[in-house]
Amino acid sequence: MVDIPSSNSGLRLRGPQHLYDGLFRGATLFFGLFILFILGGVAISLVIGSSEAYRNFGLKFLVIDTWNPATNKFGALVPIYGTLITSLIAMVVGIPLSFGVAVFITELCPPMLKRPLSIAIELLAGIPSIIYGIWGLFVFAPFLQEHLQPFLIHTIGKVPLIGALFAGPPFGIGILTAGLILAIMVLPFISSIMRDVFETVPPMLRESAYGLGCTTWEVVWRVVLPYTKVGVVGGIMLGLGRAMGETMAVTFVIGNAHRITSSLMAPGTTISSALANEFTEASGSIYQSSLIALGLILFVITFIVLAAAKYMLIRMQRQAGN
Amino acid sequence: MAKDLARYARRRRKNWTILGLSLCATGVGLFFLGAILYSLLVEGLSAIRPSLFTEMTPAPGSDGGLLNAIYGSVVMTIVGTVVGTPIGILVGTYIAEYSRGNKLGQAIQFINDVLLSAPSIIVGLFVYQLLVVPMGHFSGWAGGTTLAILVVPVVTRTTVDMLVLVPNALREAAAALGTPKWKITVSVCYRAARQGMLTGIMLAVARISGETAPLLFTVLSNQFWSTDMNHSIANLPVVISNFALSPYPDWQRLAWGGALLITITILILNITARSLASFGSSKQ
Repeated sequence: MVDIPSSNSGLRLRGPQHLYDGLFRGATLFFGLFILFILGGVAISLVIGSSEAYRNFGLKFLVIDTWNPATNKFGALVPIYGTLITSLIAMVVGIPLSFGVAVFITELCPPMLKRPLSIAIELLAGIPSIIYGIWGLFVFAPFLQEHLQPFLIHTIGKVPLIGALFAGPPFGIGILTAGLILAIMVLPFISSIMRDVFETVPPMLRESAYGLGCTTWEVVWRVVLPYTKVGVVGGIMLGLGRAMGETMAVTFVIGNAHRITSSLMAPGTTISSALANEFTEASGSIYQSSLIALGLILFVITFIVLAAAKYMLIRMQRQAGN
Repeated sequence: MAKDLARYARRRRKNWTILGLSLCATGVGLFFLGAILYSLLVEGLSAIRPSLFTEMTPAPGSDGGLLNAIYGSVVMTIVGTVVGTPIGILVGTYIAEYSRGNKLGQAIQFINDVLLSAPSIIVGLFVYQLLVVPMGHFSGWAGGTTLAILVVPVVTRTTVDMLVLVPNALREAAAALGTPKWKITVSVCYRAARQGMLTGIMLAVARISGETAPLLFTVLSNQFWSTDMNHSIANLPVVISNFALSPYPDWQRLAWGGALLITITILILNITARSLASFGSSKQ
């Protein structure tokens, strides 16, 4: 690359090409490093932005359950709880659904329908968060309020212990609604990864199992799933990461109440919805700094979950490659 | 013998029950897709009128359209795509063509994949701290920057996936003719991977055109016609969000109209991108 154009005619042709080669390679490397810089920049900017909150509240910020802009007392417990519980509902409902879709597409579906069906399910992933929000607020929440929630209150709500989860008036909006919407939103992500990893199972394994007289379900449960379990868990964690960071859909339907209640039907808040709701109105540097601290917590949690997911999917890929 | 038969019948019953449930799960997924599109059409179609595209966002109670919001969204999406796409392609090129599996390349790919799924609201917070705080006000440029950061991982990912598929023989043939490496990449590899890369760009555009949360922190919105990228400009997602949460029926109707507009755009982009990709793969 130190090859400078010289009077030698053979080198004159080579010279600028070497320079271009160096420049092009340099540019790709530069922007490659830029990706690392973005991640580092996000982390640093969040740490700087939230430093005031941590100086004021220390690590107790994580366990304080008050959120009071009037007295400048802030704690992250309620939003963290909301994020975790809505994601948990999304996983409890979303995983079986996604698994069902993946099994249907890989094992049952006529080949002709496979592609259109996959595209249709993936279109669910293309619909933006805000559309889920509007639809959730105006269509889904009223539906739950009139039908599902009274039903739950009068059946499971009467059972001791777990009844407390389904007690109280049917608000329509609330933690349960947010969790259900998240379940629909993560379905395409999880099911498309499950489908992809299911298809990496060598046909020989499947056919051997069928040859022994296994039913389709037994093949899926005892051959396909054990073979692909790392990838399946990776896909689930990817969905979990998505669910935890989802903002607008949750903001619209969760009710934005800073309190922890035993009932899943009560309004609550999550980290992302608190940010979306309050950030632009946050007056006072401690208020804003506390919100950025929430963002930092979300960043750390989702980074860990997504990195773990990615790690598992890479392992799955290597296994499939061998 | 009878016991065996009974057991066989039980296994078959279990099989059909569970496969039936998986059919139901698929039905549930499709049902929600249909339900969302149905509500959008029912509520949104009444708002799709010529005035939607020619008038500004109104004050509550008066008539109006979404022209300023559509304009702002289009401009910011273009900025985001124009800035983000070349960066994404270069990063993808580094991973696929230059690093060829070294540690740095793997690290970049790993971080890129994490960024791909990272919450967009975090990116919004980052740009807020990076641009909005120093400038002292919200701006269209900050919004465009946010969208560009969201475009990069999508484009990078598809570029890598597509470049890896380009057969090595093509590169070797070009190299044997004395072609410099950069020219091999640009004229041979990019050309072979063109269709897939285009798909990636369309998916990226589809992704950013509905992004709302990060724009709340970076551009906010604007009630009036404004083309000044140095200040808040109106944009569809934030207008939809504000109008939908308002108590005024006129505004809510406009929000549904805007939502229908965005969704149709995104679905068209998605379907075109995917059929383009399948067209490319069936040709090979």
